[in-house]
Order: sequence, then C-alpha cells, then structure tokens
Amino acid sequence: MDKVVAFPLMGNYYVPSSFLFSKISNCKILKPPAITSKTIELGSKNSPDFVCTPFKYTLGTFIECLDEEANILVQMGGGCRYGYYYELQQKILSDLGYKFDYYNLVSKGHTDIKKIYRILKEINPKLSKIKTIYYFGITVKMVKYMDKIEDYIRENAAYEINKGEFKKVYDEMLKKFSKVKTYIGLNIVYRKYKKLIKNININKPENNIKIGVIGELYTLMEPYANNYIENMLEDFGVEVKRFTNVTYLLFEKGRKTKKYLKKLNNIKYKMGADAMDNIYYTKYLIDNKYDGIIHIKSSFCTPEIGSMGIINKMCEESNMPVLFLSMDANTSNVGFETRLEAFYDMIEMRKRNE
Amino acid sequence: MGDMMKIGIPRSMYFYYFKDLWINFFDFLDIKLVISPETNKEIMDLGVKYSIDEMCLSMKNLIGHIAYLQGKCDYILIPRIDNYGIDNQTCTNFLALYDIINNLFDIKILNYNINLNNDETELKGLINIGKTLGLSRKEVIDAYEYACVKSGKIKKSKVLNNLRNLHSEKTKILLVGHPYNIYDKMIGEPIINMLKKLNIEIIYSDLFFVNDEYTKYSKELYWKYSRENISSITKCIDKIDGIIFLSSFPCGPDSLVNELVMRKLNKPYINIIIDDVESSGGIETRIESFVDIVCAI
Repeated sequence: MDKVVAFPLMGNYYVPSSFLFSKISNCKILKPPAITSKTIELGSKNSPDFVCTPFKYTLGTFIECLDEEANILVQMGGGCRYGYYYELQQKILSDLGYKFDYYNLVSKGHTDIKKIYRILKEINPKLSKIKTIYYFGITVKMVKYMDKIEDYIRENAAYEINKGEFKKVYDEMLKKFSKVKTYIGLNIVYRKYKKLIKNININKPENNIKIGVIGELYTLMEPYANNYIENMLEDFGVEVKRFTNVTYLLFEKGRKTKKYLKKLNNIKYKMGADAMDNIYYTKYLIDNKYDGIIHIKSSFCTPEIGSMGIINKMCEESNMPVLFLSMDANTSNVGFETRLEAFYDMIEMRKRNE
Repeated sequence: MGDMMKIGIPRSMYFYYFKDLWINFFDFLDIKLVISPETNKEIMDLGVKYSIDEMCLSMKNLIGHIAYLQGKCDYILIPRIDNYGIDNQTCTNFLALYDIINNLFDIKILNYNINLNNDETELKGLINIGKTLGLSRKEVIDAYEYACVKSGKIKKSKVLNNLRNLHSEKTKILLVGHPYNIYDKMIGEPIINMLKKLNIEIIYSDLFFVNDEYTKYSKELYWKYSRENISSITKCIDKIDGIIFLSSFPCGPDSLVNELVMRKLNKPYINIIIDDVESSGGIETRIESFVDIVCAI
C-alpha cells in the first residue's frame, strides 16, 4: 500500500510543508480539501463538548483526508492544549474505524529537533541526515520569505489600483515555490517575485487607517477560521498588521519572549502560549499609534481568555479601540460582518474628528 | 515585622493543594492568617462580577475569594506554579493567574514561583517571601521544615483513610476531579452530600501517594494535576464500582484528558460538568440514576 501523508491546513503553509515532505519522504502528499462547513460539522460531531475550536477543525480535516486515501497523519502540536490534541484525536479516529499512523511533531511546548528527525526517519527509513538538513534549510527559508511577502501584502493590499493583483502575483509565487529544487532556485524565485510585488501600483493615502490583529495562533493564521477577517479589513481600506506567523512561532519566539517580558511593566511572568506576546503587541500597537486592535481567538482558548482582561485594561487606559472576537465552530458570517463594520465605522469617525 | 500584619489566603484553587503547608508555615512564624470563608453566594457573585465571562468556573471562584479578601488583610498569598519539570506542567490558567490578579485588583500580593525547569523551588520562593516580610533565611527554612512534616502527617492520615475505604463493604465510587472543585462548598460538596445520602463510599482521586501510573490511559499526558487524577483510576479500578468525573466548565485539560480516559474505561462512569452553582436539581437526578445503575450491576 502506498504511503499517503496528510496534515491540517493552516493558511498558505501547506506549500512549504508539502514541499518538505515531498523531498524527504517516499510518500505521496495529499493536499487536504479546503475547509468547508462540512469539515467543521464532521469535526464538531466527533469532538468533546468544550474543546477549543482548532481541535474540531483539524479533526474534521483529518476525517476528510482519511476518507480520501491518506494513511499517515502529521499534527504540528505545540504548547497549551495543542500539544495534547494528538493523543485524543488518534483515539477518536481509530474508534471511528480508520487505520492510519499518526505523528505529533511538537509536544509539551518545546521543539525537539532530534525527535522530529526520528519521526521523519520512521516515515522514511532511507532518509539521510544531510538531505534532511538541506531541505529543512530550504523550507525554513521558504517560510521566512512567505511571511515577509505576506507582511508587505497586508500593509498594502487595501490600496492596490487593480483589484486582486497582489493575490494573483502571490499565488503565482507560491506555485513556483512548490516547484523549486535547490536553495539557489528558491532565492531566484523569491527575488523575482519580490520585485514584481513591490512594483504593483498602489495608492496609499498618507493618513490611512491601521489596525493590528492579534490573538490565538490557529484562528489568526487559518482564514476560514477567522472568517477571512484580513480580506474584509482590506476591503474597508485598512492597513493590517499581524505579528503571529510561523516564522515567529518556530524560530523567533524563544528568543523574543524574554525581551518582550522585560519591556512590559505590568506583567511579571510568561502567561502560557501566546498570551504574554499578545499583551506586548497591544503595547506596541498603542505606542505606535495604530487606530484599533482586533483580538481574535477560538472559543475556550484558555491562555487568551487570561490575556483579554489585561489587554482590555491597557486599551481603556490609552483610549485605544479594541474588538474582541471569539470564533466558534458555527460562527455565522452575518453577525460577524456587522460587528466588524461597526468597529470600522467607529474608528473611521474617530479618525475624521481628529 | 509588626504583630498586626495579616496575610490573606483565598480558599480556592491552590489552597486545596497547599493549605496544611501554608497554615503550619505561617503558624510557626506567628503570622496571622485571614482565610476567606467557604464559598457562598456573595463570593460567587463577586467572582462573576470581576472575571471575564469565558473564564472557567474555578477561576471565577478564585477571583471571587480574592475580591472578598480585598481590604481585609495586608497581603494576599498568590503563588504561581509553572511546572515541576517538563513532564509536569500546569494549566495555562495557573501560569497566568498572578498577572491576571495583579492587573485586576489593587492589592499587595505575596507571590512565589515554582518552576523546576528553571530551578525555582518552593523553598526558594518562600525564602523570597520571607525577605518581603523581613524574616531571615533560617527562620523560613525552620518554618518550612516544620510545615512539611506537619502537612505530610495530615496527608498521610487522609491517604490511609482513603485506602481503608477501598475495602469497604458499601458500593464504592471514585470521584475524579481537581481538589479545588471536589472540596469547594458550592461545586463539589453538594455532590459529595448527595452520594453520602445514598450510602455510597466515596474514594477521592487526590488522596493517593503515588501519582505516576497514568500511562495505561494516556501516554503523553504532561499536566501534573491531570496525571494525579488519572493515576488514581489505574490504582483502584479493580476495587471500585463506578467513576464520577467532576470538572468545572470549561476546564481546558479536563476537556481532552477526561474524554480520552472515558473512551478507554470498562466501568460505569458519569461526566459531571459544573457551570452554574445556583441549581443542583438536574445534577441530583443524574447522580441518583447513576448510582442506581452502579448498584444494579
């Protein structure tokens, strides 16, 4: 039987992850079907009652993948509850009658490179160390390039003259990324598209509205889970700032959290997952005179619930508009849109009255 | 150090893990304690008033107790437990607790941090507290030793009692939950009373000494307090007739761990989630029918 690998969707990151797996494993890669309401229904039906929403999303995706032909599942894992998803999901899926192997890369909140290598070796026993390091390096670089370009797009997409140009060029870049073969090849593609993207005509007003989006990582990075909030803000004509991305979570967090903690005088300890980071971002957004903050999380996300009170207090003290959004598995689009519109209108009015 | 100084201890969360240690520690040092009363409606209402809507019931409970103590003492004791090693972490609420409280109330907090990954032990934390209170290192160490022995003795007798109950003739039900839920006046106690009225012998999940026999149910489990709960099941599953899982809504670790364990159990069980402490009617019906089932088997 052929080995077919599947992993949960999160934004555009399936490009680097499927690149890595196609290079270092002998398996077929299954691109999970896009998340739909059916995915969520499947996930919710088989999940415990008050687990956080990413559990339901990823479980639903896994069921859909197993229904197709996948037989190896890979979950990213992480700190907080995310690192423990794997054991319960494995049990739920095997209780449903599926046969599969399930691997969790990060648990207990710390990344163990050796363990990840062991897992990859288990999937593909012929794997060589040098090859792994080489392709790992390319993947890391790819993620960093993607995050850099995405940051630029978030800042400017609202002001493009020909609608949809950014997305078109970026999608093309991702397609090229998935086909690169060498480190140099990646750099050439990146440089070409960086130029193309920087050359896209924009008409950015001087005193534009800037909103920072902070919160829980999965909901922030998977557009379906946050109801395409970034696109909606861009349609309003807003420059979006988002801090959380894979580059940050995997390669910078360990180093930066200590620095952040020193700069915050109202926080003494790390508060679990990204709670303290988000409090620092709030401070950053206030200090840098942004026009509003949107805090978005999945319902029942314990660390973020802890940070919400503190963020609210900071925003109140400095007269910063803030909107808290809690995304459930069945958040309907309509109420969400209304709230976002009202928030935008309020900010816009404030800006005009300045 | 003035004789008049009073240290407040909220009767919630950590209290149920450390009460004997703290009471004896401060008793040895002749420091007066103000312990908030058993949870009542006033405290619960305060908790709901000050906390964020989505917080778990136990956090609301703690915040209520602290709000009650506000102004009644000079300091409030709020430790922070990060981990007892990489495999023994705590819920993120425990990590964030100090900062949440510190930003919510204008109170003086006595805080110590347990983070064995970083070599911060309980004793080191208490020595730091001693510094704030003007106590010498030696005084603190003496008091800590005294408190450890005393609290150890109390724990021992409770554990013995629990083990003895395992051999009781009555129907035995294991009550699995965090001590701050089980022993709380408004969360767990109504359930304990119901069970006692039905002539059930209750075995408590927190009253065991060895706490690392969880692997039968969950291999990767890395929350210290969940480990303790689950290992109690491994240890007495053969001797009990049924299991009651008690959690507060929406407890993060419990939502996953209990579900996983329940899928692997071969004994009758019931999962009780307390959200609202005001009404216990529904729970009473559920407990009664559960006991009927257990007794019928």
